[in-house]
Amino acid sequence: MIPPSPLTNFPLLGHWVKLSEKNNLIFFSGRVELGQGNTTALVMMIADELDVLPSSIHLETARTDLTPNEGITAGSMSITIGGVALRWVASALKYQILEIASKQLKTQPSNLYVQSGCIYQKGKKTELYLSDTFYKIDFNRKIIDDVHLKSFEERQKSFPNINRIDLKSRLVDAPFIQDIAFDGMLYGAPVHPPSTYHQLVKIDLASLKDRPGVVKIVKNGSFLGIIANSFYHARNAAIWARSNGIWKSTLTDPVDHFQKLKCSNNVLDTIIESKDIRKNSGKWFETSVSRPFIYHGSIGPAAAIAKFEDEEILIYSHSQGVFQLRQAIANVLQKKEDQICIIHRPNSGCYGHNGADDAAFDAVLMAKSVPGKFLKVIWSRFDEFHTSPMGAAMVTKSRALLSSDKRVIAFDVEVNSTPHTNRPSSKIPNLRAASYLSKPIVSVRTPDVPLERGGGADRNASPSYDIDSLRVRKRIEYDTPYRTSALRSLGAYCNVIANETLFDKIAKELNVDPIKFRLEHVSDPRSKEILERLADERLSDTYNTSDDGTGWGLGFARYKGSGGYCGVMIKVNIDETVQVTDAISVCDVGEAISKDGIKNQIEGGIIQSISWTLKESVPVDGFSATAETWTDYPILKFSEIPNLRTILINRPAEKPLGAGEISQGPTGAAIVNAINNAIGIQVTELPITRDAIIAKLHSVT
Amino acid sequence: MTFENDHVSFKVNGKQYNVNEDKNTPLLFVLREYLGLSATRFGCGEGTCGACTVIINDEAILSCDVPVGEIEGKSVETAEGLQREPNDPLFRAFIKNQAGQCGYCLSGILMASKALLRKDPFVSRAKIAKALDGNLCRCGAHKRILDAIEEAAKSVVDNA
Ligand code: FES
Ligand code: FES
Repeated sequence: MIPPSPLTNFPLLGHWVKLSEKNNLIFFSGRVELGQGNTTALVMMIADELDVLPSSIHLETARTDLTPNEGITAGSMSITIGGVALRWVASALKYQILEIASKQLKTQPSNLYVQSGCIYQKGKKTELYLSDTFYKIDFNRKIIDDVHLKSFEERQKSFPNINRIDLKSRLVDAPFIQDIAFDGMLYGAPVHPPSTYHQLVKIDLASLKDRPGVVKIVKNGSFLGIIANSFYHARNAAIWARSNGIWKSTLTDPVDHFQKLKCSNNVLDTIIESKDIRKNSGKWFETSVSRPFIYHGSIGPAAAIAKFEDEEILIYSHSQGVFQLRQAIANVLQKKEDQICIIHRPNSGCYGHNGADDAAFDAVLMAKSVPGKFLKVIWSRFDEFHTSPMGAAMVTKSRALLSSDKRVIAFDVEVNSTPHTNRPSSKIPNLRAASYLSKPIVSVRTPDVPLERGGGADRNASPSYDIDSLRVRKRIEYDTPYRTSALRSLGAYCNVIANETLFDKIAKELNVDPIKFRLEHVSDPRSKEILERLADERLSDTYNTSDDGTGWGLGFARYKGSGGYCGVMIKVNIDETVQVTDAISVCDVGEAISKDGIKNQIEGGIIQSISWTLKESVPVDGFSATAETWTDYPILKFSEIPNLRTILINRPAEKPLGAGEISQGPTGAAIVNAINNAIGIQVTELPITRDAIIAKLHSVT
Repeated sequence: MTFENDHVSFKVNGKQYNVNEDKNTPLLFVLREYLGLSATRFGCGEGTCGACTVIINDEAILSCDVPVGEIEGKSVETAEGLQREPNDPLFRAFIKNQAGQCGYCLSGILMASKALLRKDPFVSRAKIAKALDGNLCRCGAHKRILDAIEEAAKSVVDNA
């Protein structure tokens, strides 16, 4: 068994568990709860391995002073890596506990087992409780020396099934970073330039200082921070500043990023190339799919709390990577990392690299001028839309070669994209304000995520079928004024749409059923099962599409080529606009830890993807993103939600895989295919609004 | 400066409060910052997301859109009121259906649907959805939320 990667740098039991003064065990995970429920699943995994009740597990997550550094919580790896690491920790811990107990009970460890927190011998409860052994645990032992994982059959017998441990509090309490309050806390509102290429040229600081409730103004280069005695006052002063300040762009020519993406002359990087890609013969089919910039659009805007005291900085942040954020801040402020402590606290749902890190840095810049005081920054909706990184714009061109015996034998995919990674790190701060301080730290280019880690722009550029020859090339367009970074599923969303709609195009031309056509290109049994189950569902009344304006479509992919499998079938009804009326997905994420949590993630991914596909496009003016309120950026509403079903295939003997990012690509593809099925046109410039459909109809007729 | 400090008194979850704030301050900020009742969330502050929904005299209202001066003598209900009511049919149905992911949108939706069911316990799923169009949820928990509200409506009617 290969130990999970976090155990390389944190091999000792004491890196992951500690005994509190009250003789309780506290577990640590470097993974952050993004609203997806991973903490609940992690607790279940520990409880299961240790044979105790989940409610007895105390888990602390993501704080630089306590927990292991597990990198960024992203890419659906919380369970696959972080959870499995905790399973090893719990197993090693149990091994020691039974060893200690066996000495006290004068028997062999193999005669003992744990059940609901008690130690049993040959079916009988002994006088020892788990906690009676804690004082003797050697936390300096290596986990890999003691690990004896349960078999999956053993696990099946008693695996806990619990609800989200944090949902109640999220409903009626105040757990979010916005909600935390400290005595004497001050509030900060940043006023950022409209883009990183804009400079603040004029602002009447004296009048700004006179706005109600304002305590202090922090100006550093083009960064402006307003400190006030309440959020309300800070926010109002920021609104005043925005309409009274003058910013100028250092760029003079507007940038048409789509034009750049579509016909760039920059070199393409070849990622995969089969030798025979050019030698094959047959008929080529092609498509080109584009998606615009997309906002994260969390309902609660970015927030952070910071305090400076005696050269030390304490920060509460909802960053996806508290350790990386610490490195970045230490670098910009020329501090030692151990002078900074960052504690993760939840915020509104996180779908990728949003404004969390930037807001933390804003709070630090402002807190510095009021030492000893907690300062809370909450971004406005305007800040969210203007300032936070966006999901990358992309153009994916796919070509597929059909042989004379009607098999797709080659795929040639060209991915054009703005960057999918611009996260903070030690070398590259990538904190918005850092780029326009009086001593600016210009962010250098971050290389795209390599294929070994699932790829970035090129994620899922290889179709999930048996295709003999393959070429994948990508081009990252760095030169646009817009700041883009990781958004759920990275390039997979656009690439799966391109490849899956191309598959349908060919099936249509051949006049064969698209599910059957796919099945002819699949040998992997897990993929097969998904497609077969969808084929069965297709026969149900729900997916009968004989009525005018209705159509059905399918999308399928194995996320990253190595992650979870997901097939989505969609039914649309087109009557001026596209209504997704029904959606069903069949998914396989290996061993299902929190079954309901997985379904919840899949459903959420489908709904978010319907919203992206039908509605969303960030308005840009050539220099910066320009939406100001939700009215400028509509997302899917309650009355637009389809009937939704999720079928989860549990494979307890397989590795657990993440579910948060597997349904977006298949959903987008299924919608495009369903529209084509309904009205005979393939709309591949997203989003598919009413206007887009009309334009396409005109271009066809 | 036009500071118009004055006295406003109103009830929140049955408890009487007297506040001395600028009457133009939206209720949302008064609840969160002065009364320490932060289960009503800040989402946009401009009436476009629904996260701040509370009930005022039986009506679902966006608390970011109401100056505190306007609620003199009125009675406000916020999600905190449910902390002591674990058997509230809506609250229970949300938990039972695991209706939510990050949960940021939920307290507003809970209050909006509470007001809705109070008015019309027989409300249909389509009408519930329409009534919630002003409440945004980015995690895509809509289906479960609708399931929960529908279930709660049913249990209220069944027990009536
Ligand atoms: S905060 Fe009131 S509607 Fe958004
Ligand atoms: S559950 Fe996250 S916004 Fe609704």
